[in-house]
Amino acid sequence: MSERLTVFKTYKLFVGGKFPRSESGRVYEVTDSKGNWLANAPLSSRKDARDAVVAARKAVGGWSGATAYNRGQVLYRVAEMLEGRRDQFAAEVAEAEGLSKAKAAAQVDAAIDRWVWYAGWTDKIGQITGATNPVAGPFFNVSSTEPTGVVAVLAPQESSFLGLVSVIAPAIATGNTVVVVASEKAPLPALSLGEVLATSDVPGGVVNVLSGRTAEIAPSLAAHQDVNAIDLAGADAGLAKELEIAAADNLKRVLRPQAVDWAVTPGTDRMTAFLETRTVWHPTGSLGAGGSSY
Amino acid sequence: MAFEYAPAPESRAVVDIAPSYGLFIDGEFTEASGGKVFKTISPSTEEVLSEVAQGSAEDVDRAVKAARKAFEKWSALPGAERAKYLFRIARIIQERSRELAVLETLDNGKPIKETRDADLPLVAAHFFYYAGWADKLDHAGYGANPRPLGVAGQVIPWNFPLLMLAWKIAPALATGNTVVLKPAETTPLSALFFADICRQAGLPKGVVNIVTGDGTTGAALVAHEGVNKVAFTGSTAVGKAIARTVAGTDKKLTLELGGKGANIVFDDAPIDQAVEGIVNGIFFNQGQVCCAGSRLLVQESIHDELLDSLKRRLSTLRLGDPLDKNTDIGAINSAEQLARITELADSGETEGAERWAPACELPENGFWFRPTLFTGVTQAHRIAREEIFGPVLSVLTFRTPGEAVAKANNSQYGLSAGIWTEKGSRMLAVAGKLRAGVIWANTFNKFDPTSPFGGFKESGFGREGGRHGLEAYLDV
Repeated sequence: MSERLTVFKTYKLFVGGKFPRSESGRVYEVTDSKGNWLANAPLSSRKDARDAVVAARKAVGGWSGATAYNRGQVLYRVAEMLEGRRDQFAAEVAEAEGLSKAKAAAQVDAAIDRWVWYAGWTDKIGQITGATNPVAGPFFNVSSTEPTGVVAVLAPQESSFLGLVSVIAPAIATGNTVVVVASEKAPLPALSLGEVLATSDVPGGVVNVLSGRTAEIAPSLAAHQDVNAIDLAGADAGLAKELEIAAADNLKRVLRPQAVDWAVTPGTDRMTAFLETRTVWHPTGSLGAGGSSY
Repeated sequence: MAFEYAPAPESRAVVDIAPSYGLFIDGEFTEASGGKVFKTISPSTEEVLSEVAQGSAEDVDRAVKAARKAFEKWSALPGAERAKYLFRIARIIQERSRELAVLETLDNGKPIKETRDADLPLVAAHFFYYAGWADKLDHAGYGANPRPLGVAGQVIPWNFPLLMLAWKIAPALATGNTVVLKPAETTPLSALFFADICRQAGLPKGVVNIVTGDGTTGAALVAHEGVNKVAFTGSTAVGKAIARTVAGTDKKLTLELGGKGANIVFDDAPIDQAVEGIVNGIFFNQGQVCCAGSRLLVQESIHDELLDSLKRRLSTLRLGDPLDKNTDIGAINSAEQLARITELADSGETEGAERWAPACELPENGFWFRPTLFTGVTQAHRIAREEIFGPVLSVLTFRTPGEAVAKANNSQYGLSAGIWTEKGSRMLAVAGKLRAGVIWANTFNKFDPTSPFGGFKESGFGREGGRHGLEAYLDV
């Protein structure tokens, strides 16, 4: 009896909660570290990027307007779904990065733990970034943070899953929505993450995953007038400079590429980079002899 | 009958302006390398106040090198020692506040009652506030032992010359950075007087350097390789150019840019207080304020009543000599700015809005613009979209809170907004939906060193003031 022939998966983009093929109709060959064919991944076009921004923008209101507790619940649910698919991701990461099974599994475990870590921040980040300000006058004055909006994320090129999770989770934990460009040569874990997000309770459009050539997709995201911020983690120095210049056009918040050890528990900077501080003043009436004052 | 106001001019005798000033580099006043100078005038009279050096790229280089040299010792000082220097500066500012207020009014054209009662107290308060942080940085929420960045290149505008200097220099020094500051071309004098305050305070040489000049001087500073941090307050166009300049470098950047603040008045607002707030929102500092409430959004049902009250109030504003203690509206800062305001206001008429200004006489010399309001403004009008940076108020209407929010947010800017309503839940709901960095509810144009200030969207990024203001000067 012959060995069973496996069923291949057609990897698709994840945009607006749906799984479209690339608008361009193009694909590119994804191989393992030894050059063996793994799959044909969608080669996203600039139109795909624009569609993803539209989906991300549409999702901002609902996601940023959800309570922090609710966002935490949803993100914990994602971690649970990831845990259930642990073996699949370990296999994909092993192939993508040429790692042993054990090392790939460790990457996936770290990524799931990282997701849990950020899930726990949803209802705490505001407490460490906000303040009541003791101004010199009869005013109640409070600063609180809120999401910047739509964040374009160029996922790290080398760490196909742990790196990916480490840049998506902080942006959405704080209420932003994301258009992420997967690692160019190892996009499959990212595309599979889309499937997990679709079956968790993450509203469509909160995370949108594109695969393809980073240098082709990124410029239209960096120049897009409806993108509020960009994380350049996956750009090399030359591209990063070009994108930063494009981003200046509508004063996007830019997180420059930096050397990061993804295995180490991060700080809060990937969250605070995509938060805005709003300060609200209101007079306090003084009761008693002084009378109230406006 | 109404009594006329008697003149109540503040004395100029408290200020001794030298006929010329050099650059303040490494603790010394020095001539510009090219020997070029420019004149600074009083916008209310066009009288030449002094001659100031035009700093070149070479001068900027000298200043940055001086700041770099000073950085080693300054950043190594215990925070408690830096704190005492800032504390000294704060006290000297308080001691010399009358002199500085008069100087600022002469050089900027703003009323003495504003420099005396708003600018100078806030300038001193900023140095006190950040003096207190210098020895407590471990507790600021940026980890243990946060490090300074190095040399800060700071470029500030002409609308609050000394206050913007304080906003930039106080947190920079508290965190252990050294600075090269480029004041605005039209208002360099108070920064040069500040150099003398640094001398009196015994501040080590090179910790603060002041390089006067025009936009080219600022551009050279921003582009200088030895600068680790760029802080800019000014126009959005220049902010974008700076963001492009620092792209691809390690320079940390904060930008405080333009605004087109919406001041929203609901039908349950206390009308008299709202009118005062509207006046303060747009006519404070002749409207030359990035966070000015330049778009008035009035609930339709109270439009006529509010406009009547507002016009009555505007008719009582006194325009004229900024050194007169009873003056409400002073001079526009420069001929160039006056031309811009005039052009934009004229476009309001051309585009079909209705213009109104109270009867008031304008002085013969200097740069003046009547407090002006436009009714019948639509969101498409230039006067509703572009920052005028002058005493011009555009009035729009709305029917529902949702419409008010949508109109308020319909702007490239996101710096400030005002809300006038007696209903707390409505105030909080609307405040939560406005995309702006500072919301004043039932008040307007309040500032405090403890309170973070800065914009969303194209009003820039980063915050100044408060604990948040430290981040811009720390390697975190």
